[in-house]
Amino acid sequence: MSLRGNKITAAQKGFLHPLGFNRRRFVYIFFFVCSLYFCFSSFTETNPYFVITVKDLEFTNPLGFPQPVYDFKNNKVTPEGFVLGRKLFYDPILSKDSSVSCAFCHQRIAAFAHIDHTLSHGINGSIGNRNVPPLQNLIWQQTFMWDGGINHLELQPLAPITNGREMAESLKGVLAKLQNNKAYEADFKSAFNDTLITSEKLLKALAQFTGMMISSNSKYDRYVKGEEDFSLHELNGLQLFRSHCINCHKEPLFTDNTFRNIGLKPDTALRDSGRIKITGIADDYMKFKVPGLRNVEMTYPYMHDGRFRTLQQVLAHYANGKFFTNYDKSIEKNIGLTAQEQADIIAFLKTLTDQQFLHDRRFADPNFR
Amino acid sequence: MSKMKKVRHCRRLLSKTDAIGVKIKRNRATVVLYVAALLFITTSFTTPVEKAKLFIHIEHYAGMQPLQMDTVYYKNELGQTFTVSRFRYYLSNIKLKKTDGTEVNLPGYFLVDEADPESKSITLSHVPEGNYHALSFTIGVDSLHNCSGAQSGALDPVNGMFWTWNTGYIFMKMEGHADASTSPGHIFEYHIGGYMAPNNCIRKAELDFGKKGLTIYDNKDNGIAIKADVLQLLKTPTTIDFSRLSSVTDFHNATIIADNYADMFTINADE
Repeated sequence: MSLRGNKITAAQKGFLHPLGFNRRRFVYIFFFVCSLYFCFSSFTETNPYFVITVKDLEFTNPLGFPQPVYDFKNNKVTPEGFVLGRKLFYDPILSKDSSVSCAFCHQRIAAFAHIDHTLSHGINGSIGNRNVPPLQNLIWQQTFMWDGGINHLELQPLAPITNGREMAESLKGVLAKLQNNKAYEADFKSAFNDTLITSEKLLKALAQFTGMMISSNSKYDRYVKGEEDFSLHELNGLQLFRSHCINCHKEPLFTDNTFRNIGLKPDTALRDSGRIKITGIADDYMKFKVPGLRNVEMTYPYMHDGRFRTLQQVLAHYANGKFFTNYDKSIEKNIGLTAQEQADIIAFLKTLTDQQFLHDRRFADPNFR
Repeated sequence: MSKMKKVRHCRRLLSKTDAIGVKIKRNRATVVLYVAALLFITTSFTTPVEKAKLFIHIEHYAGMQPLQMDTVYYKNELGQTFTVSRFRYYLSNIKLKKTDGTEVNLPGYFLVDEADPESKSITLSHVPEGNYHALSFTIGVDSLHNCSGAQSGALDPVNGMFWTWNTGYIFMKMEGHADASTSPGHIFEYHIGGYMAPNNCIRKAELDFGKKGLTIYDNKDNGIAIKADVLQLLKTPTTIDFSRLSSVTDFHNATIIADNYADMFTINADE
């Protein structure tokens, strides 16, 4: 029966609503609205696991850490900015064919390095020429990349985005895609109070997210604070580490932020000459950044080209003393470390694993909900 | 139905009385606003005369001829013919110098692009009145702003004058075709940047206004014309041979071109 037919009288249908509702229609609409509400709410209801509050982003410099290099004063971290940075980090929209996100290479469980890949992977199955470094304690880093080519945390994402073997996209291309995306328009508005999406805002949002990746609660940290004890092996390893490795891997960040040649034979296929590519200074040939060792247990494989699969292989490299020319002389004192000493150093290195950081909900992929 | 009408009517009445109450309040507020506006206007009349503006018009030349992109062949010192398809560079840290040695800083970063006529006209405001004998500026971007992270405006990396793999701005891009070039397609490309020794390509230029100097008057638009000569970029101190140096896109040989562009600017006295 149609209401359009004017033969139906009020008496036939009972009460006739002034706006044209009858009771049956009202019931239909009521159920329709209810179902819509439940569908909608199940999509938009945010899992508390992914909710970021101001409290989640409180920053205090960890005990014993130096002053950060990156100053959040010029890029105040807000829940909205952080959440936008997280969304961008996990969104393949940043790559040319929208197939590869930052997280494609930077896995949370590996302290944002990539487990098992010796070299980075990119779009169209292409292989990069360096091992994916972990992302942690970046605000204390003066330079980025194995060759230190990038001088600022905010500018770092431009390198993988524009690298032809990684995301292969242009900055203009990324901005155009984001500007045409209604959801991002709203996200940028809530983060920066402005709908105009610029490279500066894009990079600052990413810096808010990656800058907060701080690992400072490993067993080692608790040991230093006197909250936890080391085993005999770990203690012996710590002593050996402090007498053999500390020259370059300075506590508490386990790097002195310099570039060194540790006698690795250049790979003839990669032809990677290291820091010299940035500075042009002959002495910088085959020098690479001294990596921080936090979470090193999870960031395998090792070295700029991922040539060593295990920490045992790394220690063996130092202990064997078969160094390629022009290496840093300070590594010579590691020659002859016994198998037991190597094992103890590794036992110590494993105390640098920070379970709290590796499982920090704030850095989890928000797309899995 | 009449019941509905009655309800609507009542609502309207209610809103009216309500609106009147608000109106009275608003009237008071507007009076306060008027007074504030009057005060503002009277004070603004008493402020001193407006500081002068200086317009710098940049004209690109190839020797004596105005530069034309792609279509016109020019000759370098060695007689090799070439065309220019891209010519853009950063100017910054502009200063006006007085004869007594004092300087006036005119801050700003400017990306000058032959393909963008608007970029060839730089407007500097708040220039103090006086007679100046020289203009100096930086060709490129100072080291501080090469290390300052994400920036906007002329220094936005989206402008394509930025190296992503080795942080830093490209100070100058000149590209074109030269038959003598050995690069694929006989192109030549000079992308010059680098703020760190020994490959620092930041150069300073100082242009003298001559005997009369440049007098800046308040309440007046003052203008000067500057000439940038691409032929100068290919000579002094080093004569560029396209067959030997057709591609500079990192620090290799970059300072050669930088030394060459240091002297490519002159005051255009004709204007």
